[in-house]
This record gives sequence, C-alpha cells and structure tokens, in this order.
Amino acid sequence: MTLHASLLGDRSASLLRRALSNRSFVIGLVIAVAVAAVALISYVWTPYDVTRLVIADRTRPPSLAHWFGTDHFGRDILSMIMVGARNSIAVALVAVGIGMGIGVPLGCLAAARGGMLDEAVMRLNDLVFAFPALLSAIMITAVFGPGALNAIIAIGIFNIPVFARVARAGALSIWPREFILAARTAGKGKILITIEHILPNIATLLLVQGSIQFALGILAEAGLSYVGLGAQPPMPSWGRMLFDAQTRMTVAPWMAMFPGMAIAITVLGFNLLGDGLADILDPRSRRRQ
Amino acid sequence: MSLLEIDNLSLNIGDQPILKDIDISVAPGEIMGLVGESGSGKSLTALTIMQLLPFGAHTTGRVTLGGIDILATDEERMCLLRGKEVGMVFQEPMTALNPLKTIGEQVAEGIRWHNRASRAEAEEQARIMLDRVGLPAEKFPLSRYPHELSGGQRQRVVIAIACALKPKLLIADEPTTALDVVLQVQILDLLRDLVTENRMGLLLISHDLAVVTEMTDRITILRRGEVLEAGKTAETLSRQRHPYTRQLAQASMHVPQRPVSPAQEKNHTPLLVVESLTRDYPGSRTAWLRHGEPLRAVDNVSFSMLAGQSTALVGRSGCGKSTLARMILALDRPSAGTIRFRDETITDKREHELKLARRGMQAVFQDPYGSFDPRQKVERLVTEPLHLLEKAPSRTERRNMAEDALAEVGLIPSDLDKYPHEFSGGQRQRLSIARAIITRPKLVVADEPVSALDVSIRAQILDLLADLNSRLGIAYLFITHDLTVARAITDDVMVMHAGRIVERGATKEILDHPQSEAAQALVAAAPDLHRALARKLQEQG
Repeated sequence: MTLHASLLGDRSASLLRRALSNRSFVIGLVIAVAVAAVALISYVWTPYDVTRLVIADRTRPPSLAHWFGTDHFGRDILSMIMVGARNSIAVALVAVGIGMGIGVPLGCLAAARGGMLDEAVMRLNDLVFAFPALLSAIMITAVFGPGALNAIIAIGIFNIPVFARVARAGALSIWPREFILAARTAGKGKILITIEHILPNIATLLLVQGSIQFALGILAEAGLSYVGLGAQPPMPSWGRMLFDAQTRMTVAPWMAMFPGMAIAITVLGFNLLGDGLADILDPRSRRRQ
Repeated sequence: MSLLEIDNLSLNIGDQPILKDIDISVAPGEIMGLVGESGSGKSLTALTIMQLLPFGAHTTGRVTLGGIDILATDEERMCLLRGKEVGMVFQEPMTALNPLKTIGEQVAEGIRWHNRASRAEAEEQARIMLDRVGLPAEKFPLSRYPHELSGGQRQRVVIAIACALKPKLLIADEPTTALDVVLQVQILDLLRDLVTENRMGLLLISHDLAVVTEMTDRITILRRGEVLEAGKTAETLSRQRHPYTRQLAQASMHVPQRPVSPAQEKNHTPLLVVESLTRDYPGSRTAWLRHGEPLRAVDNVSFSMLAGQSTALVGRSGCGKSTLARMILALDRPSAGTIRFRDETITDKREHELKLARRGMQAVFQDPYGSFDPRQKVERLVTEPLHLLEKAPSRTERRNMAEDALAEVGLIPSDLDKYPHEFSGGQRQRLSIARAIITRPKLVVADEPVSALDVSIRAQILDLLADLNSRLGIAYLFITHDLTVARAITDDVMVMHAGRIVERGATKEILDHPQSEAAQALVAAAPDLHRALARKLQEQG
C-alpha cells in the first residue's frame, strides 16, 4: 500500500483502498480477470483440439482425462469452454465498443445542441429501444446471414441508445455548471468543451454502464448462438453448446451444466464489477460503506 | 433556568476532533448568536442538539434541553423531541423543502405526526401557521408546490414548518444567507416576532456580524471548534477583548485602500457601450405548442463604462443582473439591442469571431467550488483562456504565464500542479481571478464574487481586486446585492429593478442619498455593523 500511495498520490491511494474494501468489486474483478485469462490461454494451449472429433470418446462424463466430460462428438468440453470464452468476450467487447463509439457522441451532441436535434436523436433512440433487443438481433442475423460478425453488429446497435441516454443525462448535468461558463468565456466551442470537460466528468458513469452492457452482451451472444445465429461451427460457442446439450439433458447433464455455469458466472462477475464500480466512483455512496 | 444548556461538549468524527469543550446556554425568549467562519463547527453544534450527526460521530459532555439530557436520549425519544421541542430552519430554502409535496402537506406533516391530529385539523393549523408567516391562504393556497414560490416565500414555509408545533427552541442555521438583503430583513423580522410571541429560545447561526448584532441578546464566537468569547452582544462586540473578535469586526467593515480613482486621469474612450438591450424568455408552456406571455428579464437597458472604471450592478435577486452579465460576456444572445466592446459590436458575431473581444473581457463567478473542473490540474484550468490567443503559446510560455498570473493573486508556482479540491474557498476565488486576468483583459465581469466567502477572506479578496484595478487598469462590472461590497471597490453604481436600470450615479452619492424606491429599499435593508452596534449599545446600555 505504501508503494501505491507514493506512486499514485493520496487521492488515488484512497480510491484504491476503497476499491479493495468493496466486496462486489473485488469478486467481480477476480472473475473478469479469470475469464479473460482463460480466453487468452486458449490461444496457446487447450487440453484437446476442439476441432478434432473422437467418436469413440463421445458423451463421456467428467473424468481425470476430461475434467468437464466430452460432448456427443467426443470433443473435450473444458477446451470448448475455453475457446468459447474468446468468442463471448470478443462479441461483447466489440458490441460495447460500437455502443459507446456511436452512442456517447450522439448523447453528447444531443446535450450540447439541444432543441430539435436533441429531440430527434432521443426519439430515434426510443424507436430502437421499443424493439426487444434479442428479437431484432435475430431479425438482423436472419437477413444478413448468421455469423459472429453479424451478431456483433446486431448487439452493438442495441447498445447505442443505452449509451446515448446515459451520456446525454450525464452531460446535461454538467453543462449548467460554472466551470463550463468559464470555458465558454475562454472562447471554447461546444465540441472542445465536450471533449475537455464533459467527457472526463461523465467517464465514470460510462465505465459503470459499460461493464453492465458487457455482461448483457455475453448473455445476448449466448442467446443468438443458441438459436444458431451466432458463431458457426466448428467454432465453439457457449450458447451453441447449450443447444446441443438440450436434447441430451438426461443422458449427459454435464454437457449443459458447464457451459451454463460459464455463462452464469461470467455475467455475474461483470454485473458485480459494474455495481462495485458504481459504488466506488459515486461519492454519495461513500458514507454507506 | 435556561432552556438549552450545553456543557463541555466535545465532538469527534472518526479520529478528528471537531468541537472542543463548547459551553452555550439559551434562555426562553432569548436570542443567542453563534458566530464563526466556515469550518468553525457552528452547524455541527446545531446538529448535535438535533442529534442528526453524521455517521461515526462521537460526543462527550452534556446537552440538556428543558431538563432532558439529549446525548443520553435514544433515537425513538429523539424523534418525539425533534419538531415538537426543537425546530430547525436551514440555510438553503431551495433544497430544504420536498419538491413533490404541497406546502400545506409539509407544514401539516409534523402536526399530524406529533399531535395525532386528523388531516382536517392539521390542515387548519397549517393554514393558521402559514398565515402567520405571511403566506395567507387566499393568496397562497395550501396546494401550492415549492417550485411555485420564490426563495423568500420558501424560507417562510420552512419557518412555518419549524414553528408549527410551537417548539421551545428554534435553531436557525444561516437562515438568510441565500437571500437578498431586502428579503433578509423581512425574514429576520419574522423570526424575531415569532420568538417574542411564543417565548421561544432562538439559536441564530450566522457568519454575518451585522445580522447577529441586530438580532441577538448574547453571542458566542466560535473558532476551530472552540468558544473564544461569549457574552452580551453589544458589550462583546464593542470591547472586542479577544483579538479574533476584533479581526472579525474589522473584516466585516473592511474598505480596501484605493488610490484616487484611476479612471479620472485616463482617457475617456468608452470601454463598453450597451444600447437598449432587451432579453425575452419564452413564457412557460400553457398548452401543446403554445407558450404564455414571454418573460422580459432585461428591459431596454443602456449604459456605458469607461476604461479602468469600476461599476457595481446592484439589485435584488431575480432582477435580471445575471442575465445582463451573461449577455455582456456573449454567453447569451439579446432579443434586441447591441453591445459594443472597445468599438467592436459583439452582439452579431459568431463564436470564432469573438476571440478578440473575449480576450479583453473575462469573468469571475460566484461559487468558488463550482467554477473549476474537478478533474483538471490548476495549470490547465488557469491557462484555459490562453485558447483565445492568435498563436498557441508553447508549453514553457504557458507555464510562465500561469506562474505570473498566480503570483499576481498571491499564490505560489507549486500550486499549479494541484487539483482544485486541495484549495480553500478563498484560494479558489484567487485562482478564479488568476484565470480571469491571464489574458490581461480590460474588463472583468464579476458575478457576486465574494458572497460565498467568509468575512475575513472576503476582505482579502476585495483588497486583491482593488489592487489589480489600480495596477493593471482592469475595470470591473461588479454584480452584487451587498451594498458594502459595492461601496468598497466601485466608482459608479447602477441599480437594477425588474429588468430596468432605475438609478445610476457615483457610488457614494447613491448609497448615501438614494432617489428611486428600489435603491432606497436596498440601502435601508443593507446590514451595517456600525449602525447595528450603536443601536444595540443603546438598548443594552
């Protein structure tokens, strides 16, 4: 701690202390790091090759050789979950990126300009919001064909209004502050003010929303690949594994259990991370701890 | 026997000592003033009496109210005492009321809860109480919501809530600090009348010595959580036995040293010319796509200012002062009229054409806490106006200019690497001034720059402003409702009322012989320590 204190200054040190004493943040962080690590490890090593089918070993229960058992083609489930993590993370990450990359500028623009533009942007948001996200994602992938890329785009589009709303609400609470008036008397235009003053002050809001949308993204990807519209075989994905397991629930329950647990734990982890971040970064919640 | 007795009260929050051995007593019907600067522990003393202390607070000593030991009372009994035995009036009438409840409900709430009165009975009592505080039901029905009332009217509602159950003790924490001087007098009169009517004890917390002198029988002066001096108001303030008491009194009456008006010697080119300026706001929406009568915030205002000459713009809250200032700073566009700054018309310019004008014209805002981006370091904040220069300065040039500006306002170069939260309110206002003068402007528009500051800090900032005026020839347009401030540093005064300028002339002339009704009201209401003390001395002998 003393090392951190000298490196980061008092303020960051107290932030770090608060972060480490927040249980949901720590648990969420551990899970998130673990999932990311598993996905990275899968690039260099997995217990078995996930594309090789060994029919002789099919639907084996968990054992020392196959910790999580094998599926109906004899593929190792642990290896599939490891490789599937890549896909889940990539889809969720890029989808959050699309949502933030388009939604945040839109929200900031709406807040900065106001008037008809604000009205137009927000009503467009309402329109996108009005469709159930998964249903529309199915529509998009059905039209443009299934695949990881289309899943990403579909989930990303539905992240846009979420970030646009959060960014707009945050920006609107910053605009009337006196330091914005001061920046305007310094001749700074709306774009410059948004970049220099508004964004840093709403960054924490966006970070919290980002981690929650990330969890939702993983869930949405699992849902899309469950109905066969996500990553295509032979690329393993958690949702597809669940689909394959469905008809074999009674004979091979481990086929459903482990991918299901992977999804549940990852989503839980990122939700906890988001909650924890919100607690740590919101000064009003400090007293409660 | 006194009503409230505080003996040897000490308060710690965490390991930090906040109050040390406080002794205060208030008798029935007596007004006790609690005076001190921010951070002296005034408000926490009040919260101790109410037992509304923040989490982690630890108290020792003895606080008795009408014979009940408050520190030993559990929360359940305390709920019965609050409101019934002690009432509290808060500083900020905008946030002290629940915006979703009508004023009638809010006054009746306590009556219903404590007296187990029926809804109708409670409402009747609320009606009487609101009538007593000057909000008769014919003009202000009980079904009004707080946002439909002005600041002064809201404070009356807060007082009605506090006094609804005729408590024995009323605590008023800076009850008039957020109000303009005319409202201040009205609210203080109301409080005094209520105290005499019901023989309540009043603990009046304030940083304003003039207000306290006028109102109180006895005062207690608090500094850093300790009682420095206590006694009869007139005696304590006139003898000024403790050096800190003298310092406080002098700071309240402080007038900065100014060399004889520098404006007279300089040329007579007008710096700022405002011609028939008007600003209308669209009226509130009465129906879908239909608006009510537009609201005229600034009404046909014309005036001019000479270089180096400082002008005060005084008026009550809501009279259009700030709207006028924002238009002059080109932050808002007028509905009609023109503003010329150094012979350049700025009202029809686009943002990027305004660079030159903005360089010559900067602003200092009221709230020293809100006027800095909390996530940037001082160096970036202070050099922000350098954006207006034609050629962007190099890094070292920026640093040097920032250091110079900080030196002008009495801060040191190492302050550049700090964040705004590391500074006190007074230091932040210095930073704000440093930011305003870094482009060497000719005009600084200052919107209530000292009204959020303690008296001693206020005196220092006024000195600084006067000094910058004489050394750098900066003219101020000084917006304030406080006439002592106007008297201290300006040559001219404009009195604004309901969007119009109703009187204009030399500061001393207008403050001593106001002609218009608006100016007379402001002058009569302005708290003045000399006058108040003289009157109190007569009363208390």
